[in-house]
Amino acid sequence: MVGSMNSGMVERFFAGFDQQAGFEHGVRRLHATQMLATVFDPSSTNIFAPKGTPAQSILGLSVLVLGICAGIFLVVAGLLLYTIIRYRSRPGDENHEPAQIYGSNQVELSWTVIPILIIVALFLASARVIFVTQKIPKPATALDVVVIGHQFWWEYRYPKLGIVTANELHVPVSEPTHPTPTYLTMSSADTDHSFWVPRLAGKTDLIPNKVNTMWIDPEQAGLYLGQCAQYCGVQHAKMLIRVYADTPEQFSAWVAAQQHVALQVPSAAAGREVFLHNACVNCHTVSGTEAKGIFGPDLSHVASRATIASGSVPNTPENLRAFINNPSDIKPGVLMPAMHLNDRDLDAVTQYLSTLR
Amino acid sequence: MATHTPRRHGGVFDVLQEWITTVDHKKIGLMYIGYALIFLVVAGAEALLMRVQLAVPNNHFVSPQTFNRLFTMHGTTMVFFVGMPILFGFGNYLIPLMIGARDMAFPRLNAFSFWISAFGGFLLYFSYLAGSGLYGAGTAPDVGWFAYAPLTSRVFSPGHSTDYWTLSVLLSGVGSIGTALNIVATALTMRCRGMKLSRMPLLVWLYVVTSCIAFIAVSPLTAAQIMLVIDRYLGGHFFDTQAGGSAVLWMHFFWIFGHPEVYILVLPAFAFANEIIPVFSRKAIFGYPAMVAATVAIGFISMGVWAHHMFTVGLGPEANAFFTFSTMVIAVPTGIKIFNWLATMWGGSIRFATPMIFSIGFLFQFLIAGLTGVMLAASPFDWQLGNSYFVVAHFHYVLVGAILFMIFAAFYFWYPKITGRMMSETLGKWHFWLFVIGFHMTFDFMHVPGLLGMPRRIYTYEADRGWGGWNMIVSIGAIFQTAATLIFVYNLIRSYYKGEEAGPDPWDAWTLEWSTSSPPPSYNFAEIPTVHSRRPLWDLKHPDDPDTNYE
Amino acid sequence: MSTAVAVSHSTEDDWKQPSRGMVGMACLIAAESAIFIIFVIAYIFYTGKSLTGPTPREVLDLPIFSTVCLLSSSITVHFAVHQLRAGKIGQCSAWLAGTVLLGGIFIGSTAKEWYELIYHHGLTIRTNLFGTTFYSLVGLHASHVIAGLIMLSLALIFSLQGKVNAHHAERLEVLSVYWHFVDAVWVVVFTVVYVLGR
Repeated sequence: MVGSMNSGMVERFFAGFDQQAGFEHGVRRLHATQMLATVFDPSSTNIFAPKGTPAQSILGLSVLVLGICAGIFLVVAGLLLYTIIRYRSRPGDENHEPAQIYGSNQVELSWTVIPILIIVALFLASARVIFVTQKIPKPATALDVVVIGHQFWWEYRYPKLGIVTANELHVPVSEPTHPTPTYLTMSSADTDHSFWVPRLAGKTDLIPNKVNTMWIDPEQAGLYLGQCAQYCGVQHAKMLIRVYADTPEQFSAWVAAQQHVALQVPSAAAGREVFLHNACVNCHTVSGTEAKGIFGPDLSHVASRATIASGSVPNTPENLRAFINNPSDIKPGVLMPAMHLNDRDLDAVTQYLSTLR
Repeated sequence: MATHTPRRHGGVFDVLQEWITTVDHKKIGLMYIGYALIFLVVAGAEALLMRVQLAVPNNHFVSPQTFNRLFTMHGTTMVFFVGMPILFGFGNYLIPLMIGARDMAFPRLNAFSFWISAFGGFLLYFSYLAGSGLYGAGTAPDVGWFAYAPLTSRVFSPGHSTDYWTLSVLLSGVGSIGTALNIVATALTMRCRGMKLSRMPLLVWLYVVTSCIAFIAVSPLTAAQIMLVIDRYLGGHFFDTQAGGSAVLWMHFFWIFGHPEVYILVLPAFAFANEIIPVFSRKAIFGYPAMVAATVAIGFISMGVWAHHMFTVGLGPEANAFFTFSTMVIAVPTGIKIFNWLATMWGGSIRFATPMIFSIGFLFQFLIAGLTGVMLAASPFDWQLGNSYFVVAHFHYVLVGAILFMIFAAFYFWYPKITGRMMSETLGKWHFWLFVIGFHMTFDFMHVPGLLGMPRRIYTYEADRGWGGWNMIVSIGAIFQTAATLIFVYNLIRSYYKGEEAGPDPWDAWTLEWSTSSPPPSYNFAEIPTVHSRRPLWDLKHPDDPDTNYE
Repeated sequence: MSTAVAVSHSTEDDWKQPSRGMVGMACLIAAESAIFIIFVIAYIFYTGKSLTGPTPREVLDLPIFSTVCLLSSSITVHFAVHQLRAGKIGQCSAWLAGTVLLGGIFIGSTAKEWYELIYHHGLTIRTNLFGTTFYSLVGLHASHVIAGLIMLSLALIFSLQGKVNAHHAERLEVLSVYWHFVDAVWVVVFTVVYVLGR
C-alpha cells in the first residue's frame, strides 16, 4: 500500500483516463462485446456477458487487448505467410546461394521500439483497471460478507446481519442510482481456494492465514454461477458457487427468514432427536439446538437452499437422503463420513432437515 | 562407435555395461533423449486418459482421485522428466560437436547428473507402488505440479505420495544444476582455436543463457523442496499455516523457479530454430548480436516476472501493476527474435524439408502463444482467465506448439548426424500434418472453455455450462496427435535400419558438427578444428566469399 | 560470473580460455547463492512471526569467537594456496592444518550452541517458526562448512603424504574459492540471524 496522498493522485489520474477511454471506445466496445456474448451465448459462466462493474471493466480491457493482439497477429502471420510463399526455393536455386545479409541495426531498432510503444499503451490500460477495481473506496451502503473456503464448500457470514449460511450467497442487486455493492472478506479454513463468478468479477484466492477482499455489484436480479478456481483437494470440481442477486424486497425477506432461529416443527421431532444424538452435531450447527459444530455447513435453514453438497445436486428429499446415507456416492472425496443410519432414522432425519426452511 | 557397430563378441551385458559406465557426451546425450522419450509416451498417455474423462460432462471414466494424480503426474513428468532431459540431451550431444571439443568439461559429473535425474524420474513413478507406505496399496502424488501449500502438509497429504514428488523433483533439480554447470564450463573453456564467444554458434549461446537461468531459478526450487522435506519429516513449519507459516511464501518460491523454467525450456527450442531456419533458408542468421542480446535480456527479465502467476492471490494493486509491466516487457526481446527469424527467411531460398516445416509451425504457434501471453499479462484479464482452461491452452501452446515442434524439428535435423541415416521425409510430412491438425483442434479450442469460465484441474463439469462441445473437440484432437506421434516413433525406428545413408553433411549446413562423420567417432574430431568465423563450413564451401569478411 | 572475454585476441595463434575448475566453481557458487538467498528470505520473512516462544532475543548469543575463527580460516587457506604455488609443501600443510583447525573450532561451537538451545532452552526445529528457520539456515551453512572441512582435510592428508606438488595449486585454489564463499555466506547469516533478527 502506498501513502494516502500518493494513492489519491493515482486514483485521480486513472479516473481521468477512464472517462477519456470510455468516451473514445464506447461505441466500438459495445459491438465487439455483443458479438462475443452471442458467440458463446449458451454458457452461464461466460466472461463476455458481464453483469457487474468489475467484470464489465475487465471486459472493456479484454476487448482492447484482444483487438491489439489480433492486429499484431494479422501483421506478423501475414508477413510469415508472404515470406514462405515469396521466398520459397524454386527449381534452379540449388546451384547458387541467395545473397547473405547479416543484419541491419535500423530495422532491428524499429522492431524493438514499436513493441515497446504498444506495451506501454497496454500497460496503462491495464493499470487503470487494476486501480479502479482494487483501490476504490467502499461506499457506506455496501453489504459486508465474510467468505470462508472449506474443503469443499463455501461458508458465508453476514456479520452485521447475524446470518451464517453456506454455498448459496444472497446479495442485493446494485442499482446504478443507489449502488449497494457487496464486499467480500475472504480467507480459508484449510487449503487454498479461489472465488470465481465470471459474470460478476474476476477471481480472488482464499488463502489460510491471509485475508483478501473483493467486491461484486450485480446489476440484474438472478442467479450467477461459478466455482472454485484453485485446486484445493480431491473434490475441487464440485465446489460450486451460486450467487443469488435479489431485488431489495426479496433480499429483505431472505434476511428476515435467515435471522429466525431454526424452526422446530413438531412432526419432525423424531428426526431432530436422531440428528442431535448422532455425530451430526460434531460438525453442523442448527440454531436453537445443541448442534454447534463448525466443520460443516450451518444447517439452520438448509431447506431454504436450492441445492446441497455445494451445488452438486438439487435439494430434493431423495438427494438429501442419499447424501446423508453415503455422501461419497454423490460427491466422492467429501469429508463427511457415511452415517450408517438405519432406514427409519434416515427417513426421519431427512424429513427433519427438509423442515429447516 | 560401439552403439551402432556392436563389437563382435559384445553380449547384451557388455553393451549394457558400456552405456551404464559411459562418460561420452554423445552417449549421455542419447540416454537423456531416450529416457525423455519414454516419459513423453507415459505422460502423453496420462493426458489421453484425462481427455477421455473430460470429453463429456459428468463423466465417470476415472475417479476424482485418479484424475488428480493424472494431472499431477502429467505436469511433473512433462516438465522435469521430458522437457528438461530432452533439451539437456540435445545440448549434451551437440555442444561439444559445435564448438569443436572432444567432450564436455566434466564428463563424470555429466554421467552423475544424468543418473541422478533418471533416478528422480524412477522415484516419481515408484510412488504408484509405494506412495502410501508399506501398509497401503500405494498411490501417486495428487497435489498438482506446483503443489501449493498447505495441500502438501502432512495434514492434507498423509502417506508418502507427496514425499516421492518432492524427492524426485529435488533430485531432478540437482541433476539439472550439474548439467547446467557442465554446459557453461564447456562453452567457456573448451572451444576450439579461433572460436571466440562472438563466433560461438547461437545454439551454444542460448544453452549458456539457459544454464545460467537454471542456476538462479532451479536452485530456489531445490531450496523450497528442502524446506518442504523439513516440514514433512522433521516437523518444521515453513509452510504450516496452523503455526503461522505462509502459503503465499511457497507460491513465491515456486514461481521464482516456475516462470524462469518456461524460459529454460523455451530457449533451447529457440536454439534449434537459430540453427535450422538459416540452413533451410540458405541465409546467415539475421542479427546475430541482437539474437544474443535478446536472449540475455530474456534471461534477466525472466527473473522479475514470477508473480504474474499470482495476480489473484491478493498482492495489492501496486504489485499487480509492476508484474503486469515486467511481464509485458519480456514480449519485446521475444518479439525481436520472431522478427529476426522472419528476416532470416526474407530474401532466402526456403526449402521445405521436414525440419523446416516444423520450424515454420513453431514460428506461427509461438506467435499466438506470445500474444495470449500478453493477454494474460494484463492482470485484470488474468483475474478472469487465470487458472482457467485459457491458461492451460496458453502454456500448452508454448510447450507443445513451440517447444515440442522445435524438438521434432531437431530430431529430423540432427538424426542423420546421430545415426548416419536420414529420417523418412514422407513419414515426416505425415507426422507434421497430422500433428498440426491435432494440435490446433486441441489447443485452439481449449481456449474457449476458459473464456466460458471453466477452471483447470476439475475432473468433471456441469452439463449446463456450455463447455461440453468444446471439450469434445479438444479430446478428438488428442487422437490425431497420438497418431502423429506413433508415426514419428515408427519413423525413428524404421529409419535407423532402412533410412538413406546421410553422409557427414546432408543438409549442406555450416556449423562444425557437420564437418565430422555421421555418426561422429567417440573422439568427435580426428583433428581439433580451427575456425575463423561463425560459419566455418560456409568459409570452406565458399572460399571466394567467406564470412570472415563480414563479421 | 567469470566470463571469458579475455579470449578476444585478434589472431587465432594465441588461444587461451579460462580455467575449467574456476568456471565450474563460479557456477556452483551462483547456484548455491540462490539456495542460500531463499533460506535467508524465509528467515527474514518469518522474523517475529512465531506464535510461541522462545524468541531469538531470549536465547541467542553473539558467536563472536567462532566467527573470528571462521573468517581467519579464509586467510590461512589463502596462504596455503600461496605456499603451494611457490612449491613449499611443508608450509602449505601447516597452513592447511590451521584452516582445518579453525573450521573445526567453528563447527564445534555451533554444536555447543545447538546443544544449549535444545537442552537448556527447549528450542527445536519443531518448536516454532524461529526454530524451523534458524536450524535450517544455520544448519545449511554448517553442512557446507563440514563439506569444506572434509575436502580440506583430504588435501591436508595428501600434502602430508607428499602426494601434492605445485601443479595442484590450481585445484587447491578452486577449493579455497569455495571456502571463501562459505565464509562470505557466514557473514550474511551472522548479520541476518544474530544482528538484525535478534
